[in-house]
Amino acid sequence: MTRRPLSRYALRTASLAAALGLWQLLTSQDIDLWLRFSQFPTVTDVAHAFAGRLSGSDYWTDLTDSLTRILTGFALAAVLGVATGVLVARSRLAEDLLGPVLEVVRPIPAIALVPVAILLFPSNEQGIVFITCTAAFFPVLVSTRHAVRALTPVWEEAVRTMGGSRLRILGSVVLPGALPGIFGGLSVGIGVSWICVISAEMISGQYGVGYRTWQDYTVVDYPGVFVGMVTIGVLGWITSTAVELLGRRLTRWLPRTSYVPGGRTRAPRPLAAPARPDSDPEQQTQSEQQGKNDTEEARDEHLV
Amino acid sequence: MSTSSETVTAPAAPAPKAVRGTRLAFRSAVLGHPDAPVLDGVDLEVAPGEILTVVGASGCGKSTLLRTLAGLLPPLGGAAEVDGGPLTGPSADRALVFQEDALLPWRTLRGNVELPLAIRGVPRAERRSRAESWLARVGLSVQAGQLPHRVSGGQRQRAQLARALADSPRAVLMDEPFGALDAQTRSGMQDLLVEVLRGTGATVVFVTHDVDEALFLGDRVALLGAGRVSAVREVPRPRDRAAFDDPARAALRRDILTSLGS
Repeated sequence: MTRRPLSRYALRTASLAAALGLWQLLTSQDIDLWLRFSQFPTVTDVAHAFAGRLSGSDYWTDLTDSLTRILTGFALAAVLGVATGVLVARSRLAEDLLGPVLEVVRPIPAIALVPVAILLFPSNEQGIVFITCTAAFFPVLVSTRHAVRALTPVWEEAVRTMGGSRLRILGSVVLPGALPGIFGGLSVGIGVSWICVISAEMISGQYGVGYRTWQDYTVVDYPGVFVGMVTIGVLGWITSTAVELLGRRLTRWLPRTSYVPGGRTRAPRPLAAPARPDSDPEQQTQSEQQGKNDTEEARDEHLV
Repeated sequence: MSTSSETVTAPAAPAPKAVRGTRLAFRSAVLGHPDAPVLDGVDLEVAPGEILTVVGASGCGKSTLLRTLAGLLPPLGGAAEVDGGPLTGPSADRALVFQEDALLPWRTLRGNVELPLAIRGVPRAERRSRAESWLARVGLSVQAGQLPHRVSGGQRQRAQLARALADSPRAVLMDEPFGALDAQTRSGMQDLLVEVLRGTGATVVFVTHDVDEALFLGDRVALLGAGRVSAVREVPRPRDRAAFDDPARAALRRDILTSLGS
């Protein structure tokens, strides 16, 4: 498929190398141009710290803890989000019963649920999984709901005229047809999950990459902080790539243009965008809605 | 040696013959969506095994009539009947062929043809062989493993035809199935339709806006206009390409065009 995969990989590697090179230059020269890089650890400092961490056992415990938390939370969110999204999109009763509750809970940033998690769950571990799950749940729910509502009605009618039951329509039309949209939500969800699992670990975790990063900060071990950040970046990249690849594999039936603009070998995918950039608009809309709620509250106060 | 080839063709041929078409009827029915009735006072009877074509300008309620027969739309008044009983909802007995893009895009052509059989609960191996034999009958053996968007519009419609007929329905309802095809492909599809329907005994209601198509395929032609069924006419020598010059046929064609034009 790809015509020159080698040159594309070279370009990607060069982009990472250039970023690291710039970092090294700014920090090793102790450049202070309003932004102060003199206190910053250099790339080599961080690399040394990283090498030290890799040989210890704590690093791997942190890694597996964080991964277990995010994968459990994300898997729960995927199942619950898809199920609720389909239910709300397909049943007016479910929409009326669940819709208002979901819309009220949705603008609350998942990380603000830490007090709720502490009250609800007997252990920290479950609380973190709960927060991670809540974070990913809403993007998955919303994109599933939209995808199910946007299904071509003819597909469902075709299966109905074959005598297909509701369950058959769900399995043969609704779920496969909504899959491209669902994966859009999953891509956003995995990004938001990382933000929340790290924040939750910083607040209340025992072990975990977020916990370790915060610990290093409190003891002024800046190279250690950067090791944590790099770890989060790489793990986030790997998990969102995994979601992306799975999505591509399951939606291979999507028609793609054979025309390739500007030497790009793949048609731009309309749905599953990379998780990181997408997580920001999500945050934005959340804060926007928060803002809207605030102004409405303010107006109410004014009325009272 | 020859017996093996016979066993392959044998189940396909006699099985459809055993199926008899349904009798479909409207009794002073009002058809349309609840807030927008489009057809009023529809009295129409389609005999078992008959091919009834329905012509009319676009927006006159042809599709509504067909969707009511499919059970996707309840009549707003009067009654729709199947074999003398009320028509209550969709059924595998009445297959619907859509104008376009009704194949599930994530299933291969074979997967699409297998779907009605899977719904009926046909075992996997038999499903596969029946789908293959239907795809062969519509000339799609080579494309069986392709996804719908990889084949041409005409091939997609052939696959839809195979999907509709795969489960030996007793009635086939067709909503301008060849409307999006070019003239050449279209007449080829008409011949194919006549070919594959032969011996099935299925009742066919075929909606089109093309008068020539209606006259070629139909035993009778129903004309829709001004919110009602304005006429139902017998077609002399249906499904006979040579009958195009038949004076009786030519007169009927003129009549229909005149009444559609008014």
